[in-house]
Amino acid sequence: MSESADLTIPVRPQDHSSGPEDAKLTVVEYGDYQCPYCGQAYPIVKELQKKFGDALRLVFRNLPLSDMHPHAEAAAEVAEAVALQGKFWEIHDTLFENQRDLGSEALMHYINDVGADVEQATNDIRSGAPRQRVEADFEGAIRSGANGTPTFFVNGVRYDGSWMFEPFAEHLQELLD
Amino acid sequence: MALEAGVKAPDFALLATPDQKVSLSEFEGPVVLIFYPADWSPVCSDELSVFGAAKKLFDDHGAQLLGISVDGPWCHEVFKEKRHVPFPLLADANPHAHVAKAYGVYRDADGTSERALFVIDRDGTVAWSYVSPVGVNPGADGALRAVEALS
Repeated sequence: MSESADLTIPVRPQDHSSGPEDAKLTVVEYGDYQCPYCGQAYPIVKELQKKFGDALRLVFRNLPLSDMHPHAEAAAEVAEAVALQGKFWEIHDTLFENQRDLGSEALMHYINDVGADVEQATNDIRSGAPRQRVEADFEGAIRSGANGTPTFFVNGVRYDGSWMFEPFAEHLQELLD
Repeated sequence: MALEAGVKAPDFALLATPDQKVSLSEFEGPVVLIFYPADWSPVCSDELSVFGAAKKLFDDHGAQLLGISVDGPWCHEVFKEKRHVPFPLLADANPHAHVAKAYGVYRDADGTSERALFVIDRDGTVAWSYVSPVGVNPGADGALRAVEALS
């Protein structure tokens, strides 16, 4: 926040990231699959990826606000379980595109839709590893000064501006220039 | 100006529900006071969601979260229920904003309080405070660090 709204956990190899490691712009999104604002930001982030191409690396981390969004935690755990099968971005996109229905039955369908093994994913969720990962993301988000969902950090600094396409793109462009 | 570290935190007794008062001095551990301008405003709702989600990290240090705004207890009741806020919201309504004034975070122009955070230690002294620009949600990191520094 305040003194330093800086990302306390730097981007690491185990992060879910899309784009080159040496991209000039690294955008870390802390998001919640059930949050309507994150759903609104989802296509905007896609547009930004398109616009900035290899200059932008996107990282997604979990910040489920479960008091507000009862399915957020389960959806995040499903995403982390499917990620263990190498299909993180597929499930990430599917969850945001279907965020109106994130009930437990629907989640099982989505696992299957992205071509992941449902039984494997369910076993992995039972093992507790996805939950631990979500909790670790969550704590990192709070300690970094995440202040709602979505919260974006651009090159390690919290972005407090609007994440509508134009102002966000303008901010990123300024960092590139 | 907002009270700063080292100053005695003014005690208060405010309604947390329409018929129940909560006072600062009744808490034995550290207290985090979260002043926010109003129930239902978009930034405030997010701010309280983040603190609500972070509550377990504060619980680990025995710290009590208290939200405060000038809204009345009935408004708080509905807001708390709809937004699932897991800590008390105090009504600084009678007399209007007297606690915000005592802490130096009253906004005369609009009759509400600043978006301000205070961490009060076990002895009732302000250990840390922060006033955020009113449109910017401060997040919970600063208060969490301040609470951790106490233990």
